[in-house]
Amino acid sequence: MKVIILNEEIELKDPVLPLGRPTLGSAGETGDWRTYRPKFIEENCIKCYKCWLSCPEGTIRVDAHGEYPYIDYVYCKGCGVCVHVCPGRKKQKALEMTPE
Amino acid sequence: MNVKIPEMMNRPEVLLRGNFACAGCGLSIAYKTAISALNRPIVVIPACCASVIQSLHPNVTYNVPTLNIAFAAHASAASGIARAKKMRGEDTTTVVWSGDGGTYDIGLATWSGAAERNENIIHFCYDNGFYSNTGAQRSSATPRGAVTTTTPGGKREKRKSVVRIMAAHDIPYIATASIGYPRDLYTKVKKASLIEGYRFILIDAPCPTGWNSDPAITPELGELSVKTGFFPLYEIEEGKLTFSKRSIRYKDPANRLPVENYLEKQGRFKSMTSDQIKLLTDDLQHEWDMLSRLE
Repeated sequence: MKVIILNEEIELKDPVLPLGRPTLGSAGETGDWRTYRPKFIEENCIKCYKCWLSCPEGTIRVDAHGEYPYIDYVYCKGCGVCVHVCPGRKKQKALEMTPE
Repeated sequence: MNVKIPEMMNRPEVLLRGNFACAGCGLSIAYKTAISALNRPIVVIPACCASVIQSLHPNVTYNVPTLNIAFAAHASAASGIARAKKMRGEDTTTVVWSGDGGTYDIGLATWSGAAERNENIIHFCYDNGFYSNTGAQRSSATPRGAVTTTTPGGKREKRKSVVRIMAAHDIPYIATASIGYPRDLYTKVKKASLIEGYRFILIDAPCPTGWNSDPAITPELGELSVKTGFFPLYEIEEGKLTFSKRSIRYKDPANRLPVENYLEKQGRFKSMTSDQIKLLTDDLQHEWDMLSRLE
């Protein structure tokens, strides 16, 4: 079996140990834990990436430096950290919590 | 000099999405920032919240090689891994990732031995101030006055200073960091990874579930603990202490925010009386005085 660990492909023999594998969504689709949904408002974003730095889940995604972040709603747990840390433009936050 | 954001973006993702961590988990922020700074890490995890959030077999949320081990065995297991990897000539970084229960209380004998042998390990302690995965029992990292399930009237004793115990081992590098300042944390981990020997990094990781606080203010609690002088940031290199840029101005008690600003945001401190807050302030000042002696 082949697994990819830190972008390196490694060949594994059949495990004799209780060996787990890195899996996306190992606790299921955690997006359904959410009661409030963060909404991204592009015109207020100054690309400081504070939301990306502080998101506990890693659901704020940025493809490359200089591009706008986007949110993976399949796994976002709706904690609201991104909205709280967002400085926004002219005191208008680029993220806001809306009821699900 | 803090790290630039593009450098952090180019690092691999170490914590995958969709894990069992609570919403607003401080440990997750600490883990993804700290471990992503390392080259080819091997992480040893004793029983703690980090062994819970990795989810159920056969799925693992960590994208790095991880060994789960008994509470009191983390540093000894990591010593073996570090030595074996050195004998085989592999360039890896062996890491212990333990909570405050595994560092302050149960694992103390183990890491003390490994620190005395100066094993080539980085020991991270994410400190949320109680045994979080078993349901919020008191640990010796719990601050005075905090309500836990085993101290329903608030803890009566002061918090233990694990960093000064660690400093007594004369290890090459000790640092404290907070999830309120992720770039500062990343920079310190990067610096530690270039040093040989036993290195210790204590990370302040707020826990919204156990601290009874709003999940959204987790990073703000990290910043407030620094600004109120509750959690000083510093580095100890070869026995010489230097306060970090974020913390140096709070050495003077006049510059600190009132500690009530930090306490009122957490449900665990709701029942604190003004006498207890006075005692807590004295505890914090005592810690700063003791640290200043190491400068």
